[in-house]
Order: sequence, then structure tokens, then C-alpha cells
Amino acid sequence: MIPELGHFAVIVALMVSITQSFFALAGAARGNRLWMSIARPAAHVQFALVALAFGCLAYAFLSNDFSVLNVASNSNSQLPWFYRLAATWGSHEGSLLLWVLMLSGWMSAVALFSRQVPTDMVARILGVMALVSIGFFLFMLLTSNPFDRLLPPAADGRDLNPLLQDPGMVIHPPMLYMGYVGFSVVFAFAIAALLSGRLDSAWARWSRPWTTVAWIFLTIGIALGSWWAYYELGWGGWWFWDPVENASFMPWLCGTALMHSLAVTEKRGGFKIWTVLLAILTFSLSLLGTFLVRSGVLTSVHAFATDPARGVFILGFLVVVVGASLVLFAWRAPRVGLGGQFDLVSRESALLANNVLLLVAAGSVLLGTLYPLFLDALGLGKISVGPPYFEAVFVPLMAPAMFLMGIGPLARWKKASLPDLAVRLKWAFGVALVSAAVLPLTMGRWSVMVAFGLLLAVWIVASGVVNLLERLQQLAATSGGSPVSYLKKLPRGYYGMLLAHTGVAVFIVGVTLVNGYETEKDVVMAPGNTVSIGDYTMRLERFEDIVGPNYTGIRGVVTVLKNGREQNILFPEKRLYSVQQMPMTEAAIDTGFTRDLYVSLGEAVEGGAWIVRVYHKPFVDWIWGGAFLMAMGGLVAVSDRRYRLARAARRQSADAKATVAA
Amino acid sequence: MKSRHKRLAMIAGGIAALGIASALVLNAFRSNLVFFFTPSEIVANEAPVGRSFRVGGMVVDGSVKRQPDGVSVRFVVTDTAQSIPVVYSGILPDLFREGKGVVAQGKLGQDGVFQAEQVLAKHDENYMPPEAAEAVERANKAMREAHRSAVSGSAEQGARSE
Repeated sequence: MIPELGHFAVIVALMVSITQSFFALAGAARGNRLWMSIARPAAHVQFALVALAFGCLAYAFLSNDFSVLNVASNSNSQLPWFYRLAATWGSHEGSLLLWVLMLSGWMSAVALFSRQVPTDMVARILGVMALVSIGFFLFMLLTSNPFDRLLPPAADGRDLNPLLQDPGMVIHPPMLYMGYVGFSVVFAFAIAALLSGRLDSAWARWSRPWTTVAWIFLTIGIALGSWWAYYELGWGGWWFWDPVENASFMPWLCGTALMHSLAVTEKRGGFKIWTVLLAILTFSLSLLGTFLVRSGVLTSVHAFATDPARGVFILGFLVVVVGASLVLFAWRAPRVGLGGQFDLVSRESALLANNVLLLVAAGSVLLGTLYPLFLDALGLGKISVGPPYFEAVFVPLMAPAMFLMGIGPLARWKKASLPDLAVRLKWAFGVALVSAAVLPLTMGRWSVMVAFGLLLAVWIVASGVVNLLERLQQLAATSGGSPVSYLKKLPRGYYGMLLAHTGVAVFIVGVTLVNGYETEKDVVMAPGNTVSIGDYTMRLERFEDIVGPNYTGIRGVVTVLKNGREQNILFPEKRLYSVQQMPMTEAAIDTGFTRDLYVSLGEAVEGGAWIVRVYHKPFVDWIWGGAFLMAMGGLVAVSDRRYRLARAARRQSADAKATVAA
Repeated sequence: MKSRHKRLAMIAGGIAALGIASALVLNAFRSNLVFFFTPSEIVANEAPVGRSFRVGGMVVDGSVKRQPDGVSVRFVVTDTAQSIPVVYSGILPDLFREGKGVVAQGKLGQDGVFQAEQVLAKHDENYMPPEAAEAVERANKAMREAHRSAVSGSAEQGARSE
């Protein structure tokens, strides 16, 4: 009964979203307040229904209801309960349900936190979001129903893919989806602006926190995915330019551009059309990402057997959404207006350049990801585009963007002067140059790439410091007092920007140093053998048999030695998951602030020896640390006072209205 | 500068930047495309020597041999019509099995042995890498055609894969 309840809830939710989109959009178009007032409660009802459906599916997984096809295919009674819960979104069908759960959750949040937004705007936003959810409800009900029954029921399930049985995998998909789906909010804002023809700084101030929050989730989601690939796939890499990774990276690049463009729209009323276009593109790329991952068209580490027929539906949906929004854009954009003028050298132009670079980067990723698919679809042969392409394109595109990151925040709005900027930034640049020359030597070997990477990283941090000092001195000069006392006065949005930019610098340090100085060794090791890597020696002590809840296996006991002293003991494992008879490598990692030591078991060879892969990876954790700092920067920016002030003002005016009404 | 000039300068600068970026992207793209060949095509000398490409097919049963150094491995990939020996140094993926689909990326040596830099096998037991499936499919088609032409008495046309 419970699965049928869930299925029924999805159907009712579809009805609600149809009602919501019709009355909200038609009401906004005709100025009918009664119709518009349906949008908010409908959004909450929809969220409640989808949450109910999700709860039903989660219950089916937790209670091992193998009469549900989805549960029988993706779970097993031996699976620990937290992985059974994660299996709810581990399958294609379940992940779609998660998608609509998040979409309706975002919708409900918009309905809740949009009291200061004009009624017709809210109605349009919720109407557009409901249109998107109609598409996904139909997709789920017509092609991928998570509640399909299996008759007769299976005795036990086929188990969750062992690769997904990992704590990182439990939170990675929800984070990523929160990001993908979160961009639907700013997309709906953009469409609403096009429909109404109203786009002002208030519009930008309302949509900014939504964009930033979605971006935070996407950043964390991508970083988690990369971290998971690093320790779970056993190859020691952190980014493979795999099409599915690219699918999440493209909306990130576009969303990053959007955040910066929104800043100009809010502060200066500029870049209006551009912001709207970016919002449409970002969400389109999110949909494209869903299509790429969920249609099975890709050869990738994520390409589990999926049904290509589903791809046709999402592709059609994608064409409708992107096509309709772009047509609307072409038709209505002139009404929105271009926004303010600015000079060739100004903060606006720096941000515009950053936007163009990010978009070209996203475009080049799109080309490398889709071109092989096109050729294949047209029957022109199979090709693949590997990491060398992306690396060759990315470094030269991102380097100028990183350089601009130092200049942009210091440049004046509207009109800046180059000589002035040069004087203000000469110390930052000097520090960066000296660091680039000296720091690589402390790592042992000087190379151009490492020096260049460090130059950019130090430049970003040093120019951030210059920026902060200048701001404090200016405040002290105009209002008196010591510069330090103004530390608390600067807005959080500003600190968020500095923190996120520092995150980029930390990320660059990680990438540069791990690419420049990592060492990898594949060796045959028997108990008692040692291998030296970096400053460390690893001694394989012995092998032990292990028995897990749903797997058996063997683990090596490896002692890490430095200068003859024991540092740590690592346990790399080779597991065999019993249900699917699938072998899995579990790497053992000794994580450190300045380096990771990574051991993974390959395969057994004669004489009780194994092929063992060992890595020394300097500063690799800075890669994810940098991403974490970027996300934290976003979080600090979202907590900025002016968003809360807007809410307080709105509450006051609501109170005032209530008083009048009473 | 008048504002019209400024705007012109910005547009020109933008177009120049986009042009440079496109040139960069397309150049990198052209030199980094990795083409795919089936064992039959490689045997027919259609694959380039000295340039990286991918080969796909099934790992021949009993063909996987560890080399004396313990780290290198040699195996044979077939599309059921033709076979290619492959040498790889390193750890094979967990799901690499004899009789299962595999895709290898690397270069063809002068001796006709494929030197793999990367070996891909997929993460699901029931899933065949599309390239491997395609190689077998093409070989089957070629064999059917060869059979047909042999029956019709023009066997010397030979088995071409496309």
C-alpha cells in the first residue's frame, strides 16, 4: 500500500503543479489577484506531496520491500540501513524523485521567503518553476516510475552498486542536485523579468541570494564528487574531465559568471540583458547535465546501464525549455534594457571580461563533451576527447581571469585609471613575482608551470590584502579612528568575496603543486617488502582477511615510516561484494596538511605478492579545501546585512498593512 | 575618447579576445581528438601509427599474461573477426575480465602491438562499453557481408568493416 500511496502523491503533485502554473501565470498576465494568490499555497502543497512520495520510497527501501522493482534492483537486505536510505536516490528513478523533491523544496522556500517581492512577480516565478516541475513529473510517471511493482516479489534485492556504498556518495548527489535545481529559481526570476518587462536593482537583490545558495551547493557537490573519485575509484586522480563531471562543471562556470553579473546588476543597474541570458544558460546547462547523466548516452565512469528511450524525453524537454526561454528572450529582452554605461577601464569591464572568459571556458567544455556525441549520433564514427584538450584550453583561458580577480575588486565602478591601479597593486604584484621565483625552490625543483601557478595564487591573495587595507584606511581617513576598528564595519558580502577568492587561490596552489610534484609507483610487494616514495618509506607487513556486512575481502597492513620512525598504519582493501560478485578497491590514504600518502591494492600475483600502487601527493587536499573556502565565501556573502534589512523592512511594512487592515 | 569610440574599442577588443579564444580552443581540439578503431580496422592498416587512439573489443579468454616484471600485462583484444595484442603497464581496473568488453587507449607500435596508456572497463557487470559493443557489431556486420559476397562468388572483395 505504501508504494501506491507514494505513486498517488506524485500524480496529485502533478495536478497541483499544472493548476499552480496555469493560475499563477494567467493570473499575473491578467492582473487577477485571486488567481495569483493560489501560487504560494500550491507550492507548499506540492512540496508536501513530493516529500510524502519520497518518504514512501525511503520507507520501501528501509523496510526491504522487494515487491517494488526499484528496491529489488538497487538494494539488498544485507545492506546497512544508511546505504539502504542512500539507495533511495542511488537509482535513476529515485534520483528523479530527489530532483523534484528539491525543486518543490526550492519552490516552497521561494513562496516562504519572498514577502517583499511584488505579488505578480512571485506568481510568475512560482508559475515558471511549476512548469519545470510538470516536465519532471511527467518524465517520472511516463518513463521512470520509482514505485513500479515487481510481481512476484523478489526474495532479495540485487544490491546497490558497490561504488555507491560510500559515505561520500550518500551526500554527493543531494548536494549536486540542490545546486542544479537551485538554479531553477534564478531562471524563474529571469523569465518573470522577461514576462513583466521589469528588471531593476531590487530584482537583482532578490535573486542574488538564491543564486549564491544554489552555487554554494553546486560547489560543495562537485568538490565531494571529485573527492569521492579520488579515494573511491582507486586511480588517485581528482578530476578526469569525464563527461558527467563536465556536466556539473558547465553550470558551475556559467553560474559563477551569473553571480558576478548579478553583482553589477544590483550595484550599478548594468548588464541587465546579459544577466537574464546567463540565468537562462545556467539552468539550461543544469538540465543538459541531467540529460547527459540520465540518458545513458555517455561513455563514462558514471555510465551505468540506463535506458536511452528516457533520453529522448529529456532531450525533448530540454529543447522546449531552452527554445521557449530563448524565444521569449529574443522577443522581450529589448524591454528589459541594457543597463548603465561604463568605461573601457572600470570594474564593470573587468567583470565583463571575467564573464566572457568563464563562458568561453564553459563553451569549450561543452564542445569537448558534446562533439563526440554528435559524431556518434550522426554515425560519423566514435571519437573521444581526453584531458589533454581540456587542460590545453583551460589554463590559458583561466589564467587571465585569475589575473583580473586581483584587479577587478580594486577598480572603481564606471571609470578607473590604469596607472592608478598599477601604483596601488605594485606591491601585490612584487610579492607574487618573488614568491613565484622562490617558493618552487623550497619544493626542490623549479618549473615554469609551478612558478606560474604560484604567481597567480599569491597575486590573488596579495591583491585581496591590498584591497582590504585600502578599504580600512579609507574609512579611517573619512571617519577617523584606527583602521582596525572598521574591520567589523565592512559588509559581509565584501568578506564573502575575499574569502571565496582566497579559496580560488588555495585551489590553484593545490592543483599546481600536486601536478608539479606528485610521484606514483606501481610495484609488486610481498609481506616484508618496502617501497620509498617522497620522504617516506612504506613497509607491507602482512595481509589479513576481512568480512564486512555484505562483502568479504583482503586488506594489506602497511606501515608508513619517515626517517625510520613509524608515522601511521594504512589498510588498503580489496573487497568482493557478495551479491553482485563485484570487486572493489578501497584505497587507504594518510591525509596531511601538506601531502597525502595513498596506497591501493591492484591484483594478486604469484607467491603471495600483490601489485600495489602508491602515491605521494603534495598539497592535494588544498584542492578541496579551496572549494570549501569558495563555498564558505558564498555563505558569508548570503548572510550579508542588506538581505536581512530587506526582510526586516518588509516585515515592518507587512505589520503596517496589518494595522491598517485591522 | 567619445563614447561611440569607446564602445567601438570595446567591441573590437571583445571580438579579438573571442577570436583568440576560439583559435586556441579549436587548435587544442583538433590535436587532441582520440579516434576509435576496431581490431579489424587496425589489422587492415587503417589506424595511425604513432598517434594515440582507442581500440575496443572483448578480452580473449586465456590471453591475459603477467610479464616477468610483475607490473606489465599482455592481453589480446578481439572483435570476433580480428585480434590485436595489447601491452599495458599498471593496475587493471577492477572489472577487467577475460571474455568481457574493454576499451584501451594508447599507441600502436611498429611491431603491431598496441601500447596502452589507459585501460577502461565499466563499473557495472551487465554493461558493455559502447566502443566494445560497436567493435563486435561492426565485425559481425563485416562477416555477414563477407559471407554474402562469398556466396555470390565475389569473395576477393574481402571483408571491409563498413
